[in-house]
Amino acid sequence: MKKSIITVVGKDCVGIIARICTYLADNGVNILDISQTIVDGYFNMMMIADTNGSAKEFLTISEELEALGREIGCIVKLQREDIFNRMQRI
Amino acid sequence: MININEVIETNNMIEKENLDVRTITLGISLLDCISDDLDVLCRRIHEKITRTARDLVKTGREIEREYAIPIVNKRISVTPIALVGAAACKTTDDYVKIAKTLDSAANEVGVNFLGGFSALPAKGMTKSEELLIRSIPEALKSTEHICASVNLGSTKTGINMDAVALMGTIIRECAYLTRENDSIGCAKLVVFCNAPDDNPFMAGAFHGVTETDAVVNVGVSGPGVIKYALEEVKGSDFETLCEKIKKTAFKITRLGQLVAQEASRRLGIPFGIVDLSLAPTPAVGDSIAEILEAMGLEKVGAPGTTAALALLNDSVKKGGIMASSYVGGLSGAFIPVSEDQGMINAVRAGSLTLEKLEAMTCVCSVGLDMIAIPGDTPASTISGIIADEMAIGMINQKTTAVRIIPVYGKSVGDEAVFGGLLGYAPIMRVNGFSCEEFIKRGGRIPAPVHSFKN
Repeated sequence: MKKSIITVVGKDCVGIIARICTYLADNGVNILDISQTIVDGYFNMMMIADTNGSAKEFLTISEELEALGREIGCIVKLQREDIFNRMQRI
Repeated sequence: MININEVIETNNMIEKENLDVRTITLGISLLDCISDDLDVLCRRIHEKITRTARDLVKTGREIEREYAIPIVNKRISVTPIALVGAAACKTTDDYVKIAKTLDSAANEVGVNFLGGFSALPAKGMTKSEELLIRSIPEALKSTEHICASVNLGSTKTGINMDAVALMGTIIRECAYLTRENDSIGCAKLVVFCNAPDDNPFMAGAFHGVTETDAVVNVGVSGPGVIKYALEEVKGSDFETLCEKIKKTAFKITRLGQLVAQEASRRLGIPFGIVDLSLAPTPAVGDSIAEILEAMGLEKVGAPGTTAALALLNDSVKKGGIMASSYVGGLSGAFIPVSEDQGMINAVRAGSLTLEKLEAMTCVCSVGLDMIAIPGDTPASTISGIIADEMAIGMINQKTTAVRIIPVYGKSVGDEAVFGGLLGYAPIMRVNGFSCEEFIKRGGRIPAPVHSFKN
């Protein structure tokens, strides 16, 4: 199974997780893991997700997540997990 | 499993430290297009390029979006045209016609540069190669996307000094024909010693005859990432410094390997090599000069610069080689002047001279790159500069190159502006003593003794 990484970076976290999780649930994206941290005062969240069950194309989900991010005032990115595995693991 | 800190580190490299894949270059063999009828040849070339590279730009964009990694350029390299056109071309105009055909094919598939308007007269020059070389100024003037290169020597063959002498006049002519735009034609023309067959970077990319029908080569970049990494080890010893560069180069190269394999899989075209070069851009923070300065030099060009560059180049290779299954191309640090804000600053401050740059080319991958010199520099002096650089490559068994721009109508103190990734450059001083008698001797410099290994 090819996994994907969703990252969310923003100033404030009230309601952000709820909005994103609602979008993912509505679109059949399964969340496998969530973690979060604060870097330089910014809220950083990472989700490991499985987009294979979704009826939507990967790039469509990516665009819609980005748009949702703009709406709630944070930067949301969807990336294939390979890029992190390749760069961070031997 | 990947953790959040690793994800943040990778994304910071991309968003804040200018990490990108500099180019996906699709190499295409044109040997099967050869005909002695020029029209047939041009038709076949156009058809083969537009068919093979049809999905290149689209595929590049998809990979860019899915991994959120910028892929700055999508480009094409082709078989050296002096070989492809030998049977059909009787005049320089015939070669210009091929250049225009290549330009229209490049335009149609949406790539920004196509390399391979090239000749390889490292030992002797065929009539066809001479015709192609003489057509270069007009070809570069009348096209937008075409890059030309000429291999003038190698460790195995020595240096073709007739071709070196000819290139001095060709570069001057090219500067004159593109004088309206600060002689930009010369920015798309490079001469080599020991030119690699699989280089994905312009202006010197061509698809060598040792290659298969079509191949995907990738050039990574990331001077900014190395520079930020070095700020973390400020003041520490050389062991720590080199280890830091190696680890960072490993990560950068893995990204290149991933993109190369993905592009290869999606295009159905074999993966060739990843080129490990650190390629700067005019953007602040994306500079080789700034890396060298982060190591402890007040300005690039100061004593210690060559040693700093040598350790950078070597550490990048050591880190990168393990990260990719096939490494090739130029693989090292590029030190162009106009494309690197730190280099420009050092020239302006009087720290960096042409002679110091020449010394630096002994220990890095390329050579004198994107250097603007006075427009009235004699052709023989340009040939002399080229000969020196070719000698460094020949003796040290490495690739060296010269991409020099005698900017028409400008002299020391002026600036040439090329725009975009090519940047801008202060005109540098050239030693005014003549080498004319040396250059006009003719013939070739024999191969060095250490080339006889059989």
